[in-house]
Amino acid sequence: MKRRDLLKNIALTSVGVATAATGINASPTQDADLEAGKKKKSKAGPGRTPQEVERDAKLMAETFFTPHEMATITVICDIILPADATSGSASQAGVPAFIEFMAKDMPQQQTPLRGGLMWIDNQAMKRFGKKFVACTAPERIQIVDDIAYPEQAKPAMKQGVSFFNLMRDLTMTGFYTTEMGFQDLGYMGNQPNTWLGVPEDVLKQYGLTGKE
Amino acid sequence: MQIKEEPKTYDVVIVGSGAGGGMAAYMLAKAGAKVCLLEAGGYYDPADPKYITQLKYPWESPRRGAGTTRAFGDFDAAWGGWQIEGEPYTAVAGTEFHWFRSRMLGGRTNHWGRISLRFGPDDFRRGSISGIGDDWPIGYDDLKPYYDRVDKLIGVFGSVENFPNEPDGIFLPPPKPRLHELMIKKAGKNIGIPVFPSRLSILTQKINDERGVCFNCHQCNRGCAVYADFSSSSVLVIPALKTGNLTLVNGAMVREVLTDTQTGLATGVSYVDTLTREEVSVKAKVVVLAASACESARLLLNSKSGRFPQGLANSSGVIGKYLNDSTGASRSGFIPALMDRKRYNEDGVGGMHVYTPWWLDNSKLDFARGYHIEYGGGMNMPGYGFGMGMQGSNGKYPYADGSTKPAGGYGSRLKEDARRFFGAYIGMSGRGEPIPLESNYCEIDPDKVDKYGIPVLRFHYKWSDHEIKQAKHMQDTFEQLIVEMGGIPQGRKPGPENDYGLAKPGQIIHEIGTVRMGKDRNKSALNEWQQAHDVKNLFVVDAAPFVSQGDKNVTWTILASSMRTSEYIIEQVKANKI
Repeated sequence: MKRRDLLKNIALTSVGVATAATGINASPTQDADLEAGKKKKSKAGPGRTPQEVERDAKLMAETFFTPHEMATITVICDIILPADATSGSASQAGVPAFIEFMAKDMPQQQTPLRGGLMWIDNQAMKRFGKKFVACTAPERIQIVDDIAYPEQAKPAMKQGVSFFNLMRDLTMTGFYTTEMGFQDLGYMGNQPNTWLGVPEDVLKQYGLTGKE
Repeated sequence: MQIKEEPKTYDVVIVGSGAGGGMAAYMLAKAGAKVCLLEAGGYYDPADPKYITQLKYPWESPRRGAGTTRAFGDFDAAWGGWQIEGEPYTAVAGTEFHWFRSRMLGGRTNHWGRISLRFGPDDFRRGSISGIGDDWPIGYDDLKPYYDRVDKLIGVFGSVENFPNEPDGIFLPPPKPRLHELMIKKAGKNIGIPVFPSRLSILTQKINDERGVCFNCHQCNRGCAVYADFSSSSVLVIPALKTGNLTLVNGAMVREVLTDTQTGLATGVSYVDTLTREEVSVKAKVVVLAASACESARLLLNSKSGRFPQGLANSSGVIGKYLNDSTGASRSGFIPALMDRKRYNEDGVGGMHVYTPWWLDNSKLDFARGYHIEYGGGMNMPGYGFGMGMQGSNGKYPYADGSTKPAGGYGSRLKEDARRFFGAYIGMSGRGEPIPLESNYCEIDPDKVDKYGIPVLRFHYKWSDHEIKQAKHMQDTFEQLIVEMGGIPQGRKPGPENDYGLAKPGQIIHEIGTVRMGKDRNKSALNEWQQAHDVKNLFVVDAAPFVSQGDKNVTWTILASSMRTSEYIIEQVKANKI
C-alpha cells in the first residue's frame, strides 16, 4: 500500500498530528539499522507534543535569576566542579544556564535557590563585609568549607548545608548530562552496537565465566 | 447540541488502540471486516522523525530528560501520565488509586518494559488452589495456542527453562547477561533463587520485512524507530491500516455505547471529537471495548439507559469491582567490587537481560500470591538525577589510593566520585500478584465530569494484608540477594511504617479486573469469550475481563485473549449468531 493510501485511511479529525504520518521506514537488517543509527545528531524531530514545545519556549523566554545571582551561581558551580586535568569546569559545560532553566521548570526550587544565594551573601557580608562574588578565593572557600560537609557542619550552618547540597546536586547532574561530562565519565553507549556479552578480560577480572 | 452521525455502518467499532484494541483491529481488518478504531489521543508512529526521541542525548532536553511534563521523563514515548489536564478522577476518603493514562495511538504499549510473560496453568485457578479469590472461566490450554501465535506474530526472546507455572514460549535468542546480572545469577544460585533470561518482546533476530532488529540502545520506552520492539502502533495498527479495511480516528474520546431500545443490542458508540468538541456517533454491528481496564468500566457504567439502568452489561452489578494492580516494592544496592569499572558499552536491550520468576510455595508462606523480580543496573546513560545525593555515599568508601574523605565536599574529588561509582549500583523490583477484592473498585463519581462533560471515575482501593506481607518478603529477599553479592543495601530498609515500601495502588500501571469474565452471569459481566452476558454483540478485549493477574505483566495475555476473542467474533458473524 502506498503512503497516500495509508493516509486516506487515517481519518483527519485528530488533534492535528495524524495528518502527516509517514509510512514505514523500518530497516530490515541489523546492518542497515546500525548504519542508520550512527549519525551522531539523530534524525529526530522535536519528539515533543505541541503543548510541551509551547511550554519549553515560554520558559526559555523568561529570566528568573538576576545578573548578580547568575554570577554567584557560576562561582559556586565552578568551586563544585572546577576545570582539572580530566575535564573542563561546570561553567564551561553550561551548568549555570541549566540551573536557571531548572528553576523555571521546577518552581519549587526557586525559593531554596534564591534564598540560598541570599544566605551565602549574608554570610560573606558578616565575615568579610562584601558579597560572596566580591570575596577573594580563600575567603569564598572559608565559607564553602563550613557548608560542604554535612556530617561535620555546625548546627548554625545547616541551612547553608542544604543550599550547598542542592547546588552540588544540580551541578553534578548539569555537568554529567553534557558531552563534556560524558567524556569525563567515559560513557560509551547510546549508539547502535552488537552486544556479545561481558568482555573476556572483564569476566576474568571478576572471576566469572559468563555461564553463571 | 447537534450530534453528527457517521453515515456508514461498520462491521466493528473498537474503542482504544493499545495492546487489546490493536490486536482486535489487526485480526478483524485482516479477516476482511470493515473496522473503525477510535483512539482518544493523537496519532503516533515511532518511525516518524517528528516523534522520535530514541538515541537523543540528555543535552537535547533543556531539563536533561527530567519528568516535569512526562511522568517518565522527556524522552519517554508515553504522552499522558497519572494526571491529565481536564481529565480528573477522584478517590473515596481514606483510599487511593493512581490512574495512568496514555492518550496516543498504541496507548501504554509505547513505554512499557516489553516484559512478555505467559500466565501459567496455576494462574487461571488461584481460587481453587488457595481458597482465596476466584478461578478463570478458561484455563492455560485455552490460551496456549494464542500465546504461541502471538509469540510468532510479534516476537519474544527468552529461554526454555521448564520452570513450574512459567510456561516457555516460542523464543528468539535472549541477549547475554550484563556484568551485574552475572553477579546476580551467581548470588541467586548460592541462596536458591532462580535467575534466568528475561522474556521481552524485542527482536534479537529478523522475523519479517516490516520490522528491524534490535541494535541494543536500551531505550524501548522511547519507542523504536526500526520497530524492533512491540508497540501496538508499529506492529498491529499500522499493518492493519495497510489492509485498507481499517479506519483510524484519533482524538475520539468515547462517551457511551449506544444500544437499540427494542433489541438491547449495541448499535455503535458516541464520542467527543477532542479538537472540535463536536459529538459524533459511529454505527457498527459489533462493539469492542479496549479502552483500558478502568476506562472500559467507566464507559459501560456511563452507558445507562431505561433498559440498562445500572450501566450497560451490568445486570450482575460487578462492573468496576475487583479492580487490582500489581504490587511493587524496590531496593537498590551498592556493589563495592564494581567501583572503578572498565568502560565498555553495555546498554543492551531495553530492559533487564535476566529476571527471577516466582519460585516459592505460597502454602508455606503467610501470604497467598507470588511475585517475580526485575533487575536494574549497569553503566547507563546519565540523565537528570545523575550524581545527585553524592553526600550520601562518597564519604563511606575509600578511594583507589586507600584514603577516605568526609561526605559531601567539592572539587575534582567529585568528578572522581562520579567516575568510580559509575555502574556500581544495582536495583531490584518485585512485581506481585494481589488478591482481587470486591471492595476495591471504581465507580462513577456522582458529582464530577471531565472537560468533555463525561462523568469521571471515583476509586476505592486499599491493599490487604496479603500484599503487605508479600512486600515484606520482597524486602527480605532483596536484602539477602544484595548482601550475597557483597553489596550494601541502600537507604533504610522499608518496614511496617510504610507497608514495606509497597507501591500505592495504580503506581505499577498493571490494573485489571473491572469487567470480569465468568461462567455465572450473576457474578460476572462477560462470558469465557469476553462477550457481554447481557449484550451479545459487545466484547471487552483489554485487561478488564481478567479475573486475576498472576505475577505476570498482563500484556501478553491481553494480546492472546484479544486474538482469541477476535477469532470468536469472526466465527460468530459467519455463523450468523451476532
